[in-house]
Amino acid sequence: MGFRFDLIWGYGPLFLSGMMFTIGFSLAGIVFGTILGLIVSFGKMMKNKWLSAPFVCYIGFFRGTPLFVQILIIHFGVVPKILGQSNAIVAGVIALSLNEAAYIAEVFRAGIQSIDEGQTEAARSLGMSHWQAMRYIILPQAVKRVLPPMGNEFISLIKDSSLISAIAAPEMTYVATEMNAQYTLVWEPYLTIAFIYLILTLIMSFIVHRLERRMATK
Amino acid sequence: MMIQVENLKKSFGENEVLKNINVSVEKQEVVVVIGPSGSGKSTLLRCINQLESITSGHILIEGADISDKKANINKIRQDVGMVFQQFNLFPHMTVLENIILAPMKVKKIARDQAKEKAIELLKKVGLEEKADAYPDSLSGGQKQRIAIARALAMEPKMMLFDEPTSALDPEMVGDVLDVMKRLAKDGMTMVVVTHEMGFAREVGDRVIFMDGGYIVEENEPHELFSNPQEERTKAFLSKVL
Repeated sequence: MGFRFDLIWGYGPLFLSGMMFTIGFSLAGIVFGTILGLIVSFGKMMKNKWLSAPFVCYIGFFRGTPLFVQILIIHFGVVPKILGQSNAIVAGVIALSLNEAAYIAEVFRAGIQSIDEGQTEAARSLGMSHWQAMRYIILPQAVKRVLPPMGNEFISLIKDSSLISAIAAPEMTYVATEMNAQYTLVWEPYLTIAFIYLILTLIMSFIVHRLERRMATK
Repeated sequence: MMIQVENLKKSFGENEVLKNINVSVEKQEVVVVIGPSGSGKSTLLRCINQLESITSGHILIEGADISDKKANINKIRQDVGMVFQQFNLFPHMTVLENIILAPMKVKKIARDQAKEKAIELLKKVGLEEKADAYPDSLSGGQKQRIAIARALAMEPKMMLFDEPTSALDPEMVGDVLDVMKRLAKDGMTMVVVTHEMGFAREVGDRVIFMDGGYIVEENEPHELFSNPQEERTKAFLSKVL
């Protein structure tokens, strides 16, 4: 029996919609995860230990437990509690965003703390407030520095979004498991999505490279 | 009185680096602080604009107690320019942007006006052609002169210099000192921590010798250099002169 391109072709529309969902979940995770991650990183950097403690715990929990377990907790526990019913798409977006935020927060924190103390001192000595120094001096330099590790996090996120197939979110891996179940085929569905994931992550690293280059020349 | 330091003590953990310091600096006075490394002279300077919090005592800038919790430190710092050993220029901005940022964001001065002032200051330090350059493309001496221009752009009433020439190649030192000399001549109130004894002698109205967290001796420069009273001052000067 040869490789059944015809069956892959027949599943084409489903793979396409699965891919769009994968892209959607990834973008949502990147956007919400980055915004939340910034907030969490500032929270963790607060000098008051009591105020920073919740953010430290947040990062500890989401980096210290498996994403898969977090997905199960959010899908079967948290989302039904809030919405009154389960919703795989909502649960997927929440789980990916919360998890991504914990990693992004640590990347941001490392980036901000890697900027020489003298930069803050110079800004403060000119009369700038703490936030002005952050906004005009520290963050612009930190963003340039965190771009490569952020790109790595985004690539991981695209791949990790496959885990939400387990809660029947209609993304690409879920489509592949359905095809596998329908035709008892292994190579066709899984090699197809592996190929598409590869394309997506390559596009992602290309975009990050371009951004890096553009920032470096600035 | 521009700066008044009263019974200042500063500790880092168990380590007390400033032990009961009393200094005052008058308007238009140039005070040079010398002493071996680790004597606390840089810490004293950093306490004066609160880059280091003080452990006890008082620091008054034009009569306002900056150690008071209610003091608006951002406002006070606008009047106290600071120049650092490592320049601390902002590497992601051009020279011009480095200079106009604080006047625009802190003093809310219009861009055109800030720019005009910046060009004027760049002429003063002899680097007007570098307005659009980035700090990375400048030599150490040029960076430090830009840093001085940046501090002056806030039109401070006094300037603190923290070993401004210590990180420079020897041939660059002269240019920076020249700018500082001119500033002193124009009547700027200055506190300068330095190892440049020639500068101390020529420009200083008063020289303070610090050692071990204390002010050991202070006098008018000629007197201090030619006729030191304390043993520790003599020992230090015999090594550096």
